[in-house]
Amino acid sequence: MNEKKIKLNPKKIVIWTFLFIGAVIMMTPIIFMFSASFKYNDQIYDLALFSSDFTLDNYIYIIENTDFIIWLLNSLFVSLFTTFCVLFFDSLVGYTLAKFKFNGQKIVFIAILSTLMIPTEMLVIPWYIIAQNFGLLDSYLGLILPGIMTGFGVFLMKQFFEGVPDDYLEAARIDGVGEFTIFIRIALPLVTPALSALAIFTFLGNWTAFLWPLIVSSSAEIFTVPVGLASFSGEFQSDWELIMTGAALATLPTLLVFLILQRYIIRGVVLGGLKG
Amino acid sequence: MTVSQKRAMCAWSFIGIPLIYFILIRFYPSLDAFSIAFTDWDIVGEKKYIGFDNFKVLWNDPIFWIVLSNTFEYLLLGVPISLLLSFVIAYFLDQVRFGHGFLRACYFIPFLTTAVAMAWVWRWFYQPVPVGVINLALGKVGILQLDFLRSTTEALPAVLAPAIWAGLGFQIVIFIAGLRAVPVTYYEAAKIDGATSWRILRDITLPQLRPTIVFLVVISSIGFLRIFDQVYNMTQEGEGGPLNATRPLVLNIYKLAFENFDMGMAAAQTVVLFVLLLIITIIQLRMLRK
Repeated sequence: MNEKKIKLNPKKIVIWTFLFIGAVIMMTPIIFMFSASFKYNDQIYDLALFSSDFTLDNYIYIIENTDFIIWLLNSLFVSLFTTFCVLFFDSLVGYTLAKFKFNGQKIVFIAILSTLMIPTEMLVIPWYIIAQNFGLLDSYLGLILPGIMTGFGVFLMKQFFEGVPDDYLEAARIDGVGEFTIFIRIALPLVTPALSALAIFTFLGNWTAFLWPLIVSSSAEIFTVPVGLASFSGEFQSDWELIMTGAALATLPTLLVFLILQRYIIRGVVLGGLKG
Repeated sequence: MTVSQKRAMCAWSFIGIPLIYFILIRFYPSLDAFSIAFTDWDIVGEKKYIGFDNFKVLWNDPIFWIVLSNTFEYLLLGVPISLLLSFVIAYFLDQVRFGHGFLRACYFIPFLTTAVAMAWVWRWFYQPVPVGVINLALGKVGILQLDFLRSTTEALPAVLAPAIWAGLGFQIVIFIAGLRAVPVTYYEAAKIDGATSWRILRDITLPQLRPTIVFLVVISSIGFLRIFDQVYNMTQEGEGGPLNATRPLVLNIYKLAFENFDMGMAAAQTVVLFVLLLIITIIQLRMLRK
């Protein structure tokens, strides 16, 4: 029986080979991007992935001559801050809608759910006008404000909190624990898979967000990585090794996080994708 | 105060601030967008209500129809191609044990990339010789050279490719999760009956995957209808050229609103986008109810 399993099945080898070729094709743009970022300008016309004179000049040039480091820090700040707000507020609202009874509960839920129907593209024009009226154009607050709560997150968290047994919360209430403490200490730890799924989607969404940051920011100190990269690449049109270095710097953070937390990230994406 | 009143108070204190946020940052702007769609407004001057005039202008605007047909081209090419590819890959990847994690990571990583960064990588790939990777590679094996972004016919698929590429990983992991949710007993019963793997795929796997497929069709339709980052970064000056051949609805909205400051016309087109997304959602609900 065991021997049979180990025997190589030719059909399986064919399948595996095709999957492997597909995987290589999928990785090609990323591999070439990193490869070009270590090349001099005249070597970029060469298809070889590795050349004898490996250089970090492109990275040094970008760090010294552009605001790339600031853009990375801006993106990191915006993404982390937004993710923190979304996790807190969306789970608070989701928890309240799942575990409390009050007049107008259904209306509140339907109202928040209905915001899922409105695409960001529709909101950017009014947001821009609001930001202009309140002097929020070209500011961190303007960049962050539209994203700190999401209908998607409320919906996701509500579904998960509904699976938390009321007995747990009731027991704490009898012990005289305050409602907010019950939420933080008892309810939240029971839905960590949902929290990590929401965190992954929110962080990734903000890290790669382009349209709103492009609209709201106009000075380089406020740019996030995508906006900075777009303006920088537009300027350096034919210096592909520099553009690839910028692209590599934009890709590296999420890639590293993925390599460390691979299993959790895929599980989180599946969870968020299916329940959301 | 009774216990239930106390709890209701507590509930309102929890959702009070979020509710104000949703009203100010979601509801009010949504209504505002609809109302701007019926005005002629350049953002500095006064709003003039002009009824359905913006929509009438759109109806007679040949550029708008090009933009709309481009948007549908992204949708109608993107959805079937990405779903077919991701299903085939997921179907076989699910059966592979050796190197499964490694292969899955390779397919998934593009999903985590920034669309803007990858748009520039693909733009480099598409350049004519001696710069572009694809044409350089084609040059090594023959004389065929492709124009890609410089051609009015090749540009749209060329811009679409990185969008499909980046989304595949997500679709694959969702498909694999769907495949694993099919009860094993179904397969066992079919095998006892002597069903071929093709029959099993057609009569068990695909019908069982129906909710997964509907979900992915909707998610990817919404994504392709809203395509922007790739087009903005891959075409000259972010114009959606050559000759508007790649310009989608969202890019048109962006240009009108934030370069020409023609807010009324831009808002009218966001209403068109909203209606398209609404139709897709309604179709989804219908299909899931069946």
